[in-house]
Amino acid sequence: MPAAVVVTDLRKQFGSVVALDGVTWQAEPGRVTAVLGPNGAGKTTMVECCEGLRRPDSGTVRVLGTDPWHAGADHRARVGVMLQDGGLPNSARPLALLHHLAQMYAAPRDVDGLASQLGIDRFAGTAVRRLSGGQRQRVALAAALVGSPDVVFLDEPSAGLDPHARLDVWDLVRSVADGGAAVVLTTHSFEEAERIADEIVIVADGRVVAHGSREEITAGRSLENVYFELTRRSPR
Amino acid sequence: MNQEPSTNAATPDRAAPPARRVVAQARFEALTMLRNGEQLLVALVLPAMVLVGLVTTSFVPLGAGRRVDVVVPGVLALCVISSGFTGVAIATGFDRRYGVLRLLGTSPLGRLGLLAGKAAAVLSVVVLQYVVIGALGLALGWEPRLGGIPAMVVSTLLGTWAFVALALLLGGTVRAEGVLALANLLWVLLLALGGVVVPTDRLPDSLEPLVALLPSAALGDSLRAALLHGQVLLGEWLVMAAWGIVATVLASRLFRWSD
Repeated sequence: MPAAVVVTDLRKQFGSVVALDGVTWQAEPGRVTAVLGPNGAGKTTMVECCEGLRRPDSGTVRVLGTDPWHAGADHRARVGVMLQDGGLPNSARPLALLHHLAQMYAAPRDVDGLASQLGIDRFAGTAVRRLSGGQRQRVALAAALVGSPDVVFLDEPSAGLDPHARLDVWDLVRSVADGGAAVVLTTHSFEEAERIADEIVIVADGRVVAHGSREEITAGRSLENVYFELTRRSPR
Repeated sequence: MNQEPSTNAATPDRAAPPARRVVAQARFEALTMLRNGEQLLVALVLPAMVLVGLVTTSFVPLGAGRRVDVVVPGVLALCVISSGFTGVAIATGFDRRYGVLRLLGTSPLGRLGLLAGKAAAVLSVVVLQYVVIGALGLALGWEPRLGGIPAMVVSTLLGTWAFVALALLLGGTVRAEGVLALANLLWVLLLALGGVVVPTDRLPDSLEPLVALLPSAALGDSLRAALLHGQVLLGEWLVMAAWGIVATVLASRLFRWSD
């Protein structure tokens, strides 16, 4: 099966700051790919290039064989996105918002089922601005999944969640990948990466310093040790 | 959990048809506007108070014609500025702050669909405002020139275009708190001095030539000409079109989708 996400020699600079210095990696359908790296390593910029939110300076990005910067509505319908800042309108109510977003798709998921799976039904009518950070995370995750996407980008999907909610999120992410979608998630949690990632990409200073299956990357050691070895703070 | 078998890569039409996406967004935005207390205040309550206040008192000189007949078209212009400018600017500023514009840009709706949805939402809210203010005006004895209704429609569309474009220019470039302050301040300034409810020729002579070039005066004066005399003011239409073009070009170049 061809890779769902292919990033080749991607470069992006903001003014004089090099955010991405030629990164290359890919993500396969049916697999969960975790992107790890320190704050400021370029993870979010990299994912935003894949989502069509930023235009690469050079290099190529292909998602489902398409350049996301120029992609049309049918491509966007196949790609689910969860942004780090949520992107949820402040005055909206979670369930109404999800039903609204579902209308953008020809064949959306069952919104009520998705909402109850994530426990959103317990705060379905509370305005987004009154939700806790963890509740907001779950709504944003549901928004990313409502169109039954073939590729999902999740920016720190379990940040700020309590342990039970985190398990629910991990189960859901796993089931989405088992359903055939390529899941790409950024995370700071080794536990998260070790529990649900099939593939791991480690980014530091705008470069990919490791990329492979979880077993290859860790080779019997703990992911934490490997990570600190690869991302030791370099003087900049 | 049971999932449907994953759909094949070649399956077409994963997004809903464009018209359905835009209509859904328009309805969502219009309902959001109407449910928001502050927005409703600026869009309906304050214009209604201006209408009743100006009709039942005579502090503010409004020139020739029955007072109610002069006031209602001006309040209709105020409605367009309330929802088209103040409402859209503030909503856009905060949607940008919270990443809503980015998220919807990655959904099948897309950026163009989002703008189309906002425009359709504003037009439907303006229709609702016109119905409410028109009914209130009729109750106060308003006698509009029915022959001026086509000209009213054209003026309303041009004014809405100009003010929504200006709102996107403001809401898409300034940070959210600044947008909130500026959009409300401009609403008050335009109401008092912008030729909206007070006809431009009743303003102080030193202001008149300047105010005549504002979209607010062009909208107010052209609505008064239409509904008082059944007249078309081509010059005022040109003023609104010019603001619409300039603001659209600037907004499309300067608009930032994230804060």
